[in-house]
Amino acid sequence: MADEPIIQVKDLAAGYGDTVVLQDINFEVRMGEIFAILGGSGSGKTTLLKNMIGLQKPLRGAILIEGTDIVTAEGEQWLSVLKKIGVAYQSGALFGSMTVLTNVSLALEEFTDLPRHAIEMIAQMKLKAVGLQAAAYKMPSELSGGMRKRAAIARALAMDPKILFLDEPSAGLDPITSAQLDELILELSHDLGITFVIVTHELPSIFTVADRVIMVDKEAKTIVAAGKPQELRDNSDNPVVRQFFHRQLNPLEAKTDLHR
Amino acid sequence: MEDTDKATFDFQQDENGQGRLILAGRLDRDTTASLWRRSTHLLRQARVPRLIVQAGDVVYCDGAGLALLVEYRHIQQANGGQIEIRDLRPQFQQLMALFQTDRLVSPPKSPGPVSGTIGGLGKWTHGSAREMMMETSFTGEVLAKLLKVLLHPRALRWKDTLIIAEKAGANAIGITGLLGFLIGTILAFQTAAAMRKFGAEVFVADLVVVVLFRELGPLLTAVLLTSRSGSAFAAELGTMKVNEEVDALFTMGVDPVQFLVLPRLVAVLCVIPLLTLFNELLGLVGCGLVMGIWDVPSSIFMERICRAATLTDFFGGLVKTFVFGGLIAGIGCLRGLQTGTGPTAVGDSTTRAVVSGLIAVIAADGVFAVAYYYLGI
Repeated sequence: MADEPIIQVKDLAAGYGDTVVLQDINFEVRMGEIFAILGGSGSGKTTLLKNMIGLQKPLRGAILIEGTDIVTAEGEQWLSVLKKIGVAYQSGALFGSMTVLTNVSLALEEFTDLPRHAIEMIAQMKLKAVGLQAAAYKMPSELSGGMRKRAAIARALAMDPKILFLDEPSAGLDPITSAQLDELILELSHDLGITFVIVTHELPSIFTVADRVIMVDKEAKTIVAAGKPQELRDNSDNPVVRQFFHRQLNPLEAKTDLHR
Repeated sequence: MEDTDKATFDFQQDENGQGRLILAGRLDRDTTASLWRRSTHLLRQARVPRLIVQAGDVVYCDGAGLALLVEYRHIQQANGGQIEIRDLRPQFQQLMALFQTDRLVSPPKSPGPVSGTIGGLGKWTHGSAREMMMETSFTGEVLAKLLKVLLHPRALRWKDTLIIAEKAGANAIGITGLLGFLIGTILAFQTAAAMRKFGAEVFVADLVVVVLFRELGPLLTAVLLTSRSGSAFAAELGTMKVNEEVDALFTMGVDPVQFLVLPRLVAVLCVIPLLTLFNELLGLVGCGLVMGIWDVPSSIFMERICRAATLTDFFGGLVKTFVFGGLIAGIGCLRGLQTGTGPTAVGDSTTRAVVSGLIAVIAADGVFAVAYYYLGI
């Protein structure tokens, strides 16, 4: 079951209006793996994510989630795809006027007939899994950055998704919190068998969690590398990939920096 | 596989009081919902000292299913009984280990009402006094800085001021004019109907002119500006406050009042008399239209207007607009700067800006009415 593709992206081109940000994108995410989309700032990795979760329509190509093309899916079909995925946004996107618990239980209240008590219990269990049960009745504004991201993951988990999309989960967190978050991702992946698609540029967490990665580049406007992160770091001869994994400056920029 | 999309449960109790609950099928969100009430109700009633849950035939179990199992455990604990969950598949046991929670966190108790009416009164007084202090100090600060700007006009950011003046003034001409026209028409129409009985419809012009110049023109324009621009100021400054932009100004050494409040105040002070003039002019046009319909010759109408409109009425009305403008801009900006945190905060301060802005404008109008009466204007 491990090699079965759960997401297939075929010949995708994405952008805004006439501006093409990405083109010729082809890749597969396999069931149960932790898949990372890498790239520098402005490389279009968030655009790619937005296309994969249907927030943005691609200019061309197809995105299949368990065989359903989400580009053309409508109505019931689209809803059934949405039930399979959970998304945790970069800044959490928690609803600020509700407690953390209500944030997590919202989808359950809307889409199930479970009694109130049951919904609260499920929500608290999800919060417990991310280590936030004690903060259940706090407001999002009372949480720290790391807690907000964990609450967002708990909310994304509420409907037991098969695929979890995380947009820069560890950006802006201290190394310890960031490591804890990586630990949580590994745990959820191992115990729940959830497939993860993570957009990130944090090197340490890429090496810790990612099974496979693809890297998109601003200049090439497409995937410049794909594979296991360690292999890319050690064996890639693409200069952009090497720079990224070895934290080097662009040769041109490096020169100007030195002469400044 | 034995993949059914149903979940079933069967509860039996033997003579020793031992309970046996057999679960089978898919325990997902939808199936658990129907199971939850019936099975937990049964268990609560039965109060078995020992419960065995046989979960060997559970083929799928998500968060809701796990919660059901945990709920059984909680019920047994509350009844002082024991529970044993048998044959749960290993992958579900792992889930259980991750999600299992021994007790639910209960909502924090809200602090009770501050000991009755007297406490409430004290709290209210304290709050109002603080609010009043804040408003007074803000007024003082703004006036002092406005004076400084009048002495050194270059200290004001004129570019921002002009943009705000365009938004609050030029863009509002249409709606202000329309409002004036409608009010002029309605006023003339209503009074003309009554005055006609006495053959005095010529004097409708006198009435409309006085009412429009002294009261309605300035007041309506101020109400419009409060809801159009006062709210916008509160929302803009509130969003800046929430985004920490106001803090950024402060740490850059730029005074937020000087940078944000003064351009808005000056812009409103400049445009509100002009808008009021537009309002009044269109009001007269509306009045003239009605007069024309009622067959009053336009030459007579013009003559009545010229005779009725005194400079004291005209300027008395215009002086008020400056005070209204100051109140609208000041309150809008203050509410914006007072914005707290969270997504509802901006909405709250916008509401507060409009409500207190309107109250302030109408109260100020009342004060003017009394003052003008004693001054004989």
